[in-house]
Amino acid sequence: MSKEWPLWEVFIRSQHGLAHKHVGSLHAPDAEMAINNARDVYTRRNEGVSIWVVKAADIVASSPSDKDALFEPSNSKVYRHPTFFPMPEEVKNL
Amino acid sequence: MYAQMVETGLKKVQTRDDMSAEEQAFQARIDAGVKIEPKDWMPEAYRKTLVRQISQHAHSEIVGQLPEGNWVTRAPTLKRKSILLAKIQDEAGHGLYLYSAAETLGVSRDELLDALHAGKAKYSSIFNYPTLTWADIGAIGWLVDGSAIINQIPLCRCSYGPYARAMIRVCKEESFHARQGYDIMMKLAQGSPEQKAMAQDALNRWWWPSLMMFGPSDAESVNSAQSTQWRIKLFSNDELRQRMVDQTVPQAEFLGLTVPDPDLKWNEERGSYDFGEIDWDEFHNVLKGNGPCNKERLRTRVKAWEDGAWFRDALVAYADKQADKQAAA
Repeated sequence: MSKEWPLWEVFIRSQHGLAHKHVGSLHAPDAEMAINNARDVYTRRNEGVSIWVVKAADIVASSPSDKDALFEPSNSKVYRHPTFFPMPEEVKNL
Repeated sequence: MYAQMVETGLKKVQTRDDMSAEEQAFQARIDAGVKIEPKDWMPEAYRKTLVRQISQHAHSEIVGQLPEGNWVTRAPTLKRKSILLAKIQDEAGHGLYLYSAAETLGVSRDELLDALHAGKAKYSSIFNYPTLTWADIGAIGWLVDGSAIINQIPLCRCSYGPYARAMIRVCKEESFHARQGYDIMMKLAQGSPEQKAMAQDALNRWWWPSLMMFGPSDAESVNSAQSTQWRIKLFSNDELRQRMVDQTVPQAEFLGLTVPDPDLKWNEERGSYDFGEIDWDEFHNVLKGNGPCNKERLRTRVKAWEDGAWFRDALVAYADKQADKQAAA
């Protein structure tokens, strides 16, 4: 064997109307084989109506060490949630 | 189990004093039930132990196809054949989910396969026994996959995210395996005297190796204690084995078959079955490579890999050619 097949991340849409969701990964020489293999590995029991495959090397991910810098700022902004504003009982449709 | 006697490389269970600040924070996350993900910091021993455990588990799924493949062309009906094929295809899928999980720890697929093919990597002792009759396919589904479920359900809650998620997928599919096995056993047990005898013979041969799958008692094992602290092992080998005996004996009774253990007896006080001594010499001998089918299993795996080389190479050549064309356009 000359070289290792690239790794692909697999995303499946389980039903019409739902978003594609990451289900796992697999190796394949090209995109077409990746789709074929994804069908065999991840949809043996009607799990999907559509498959996306993306080369794992093309995914850019945030780093765990950046967690605070990225997500902490939203913690203090509770007013973004509608429950932050108490409404009087008698006011309807809000 | 599918991963038996996994080494941690540590001589003693790590106490707080043995740990660096990073390790203490890591252990605190595990104790709080937070999943560890691939990019998170982890101790090298945790990473290495998981690579061993997950790859051994993956190899077991792949090698586990071989004893069953032996009966695909000889299944008694077309329906049974289709079901067996679907089960074997699942095993391949389980192996692939697990290899993917192992790869998130920084090992490559080809490295893992090379280790298996070179005879350096372990797989479960159970797959080194022969499948002599059709009833063995029933016994494997019922006893071997049954034992696998008992081991794997707790692992769905283990500390390493990708392993836990792979286990959830595997467990969903594994119930089909256990049931199809019991269904075969039921059919045989309700059949002619010869068929029932065949079912009994399969139970006789698979019972003890199935109990051995859980591995020797690990009450004193440093490796198991450390793995428990890391939450990549959730119950002791003896606890899981007892669970298997307790749930399987009534199933054997329903079939009208006899569990081949004269010491098997219900213990009212414990609310569990007592059972006889396991022949651990046999287990260690199989692990060492001297089981009835070790050599044949490895040979078949290597041959399949080598025979497929031209096809894998052709796929790569085609992909390269298409990529070049696209680059030129």
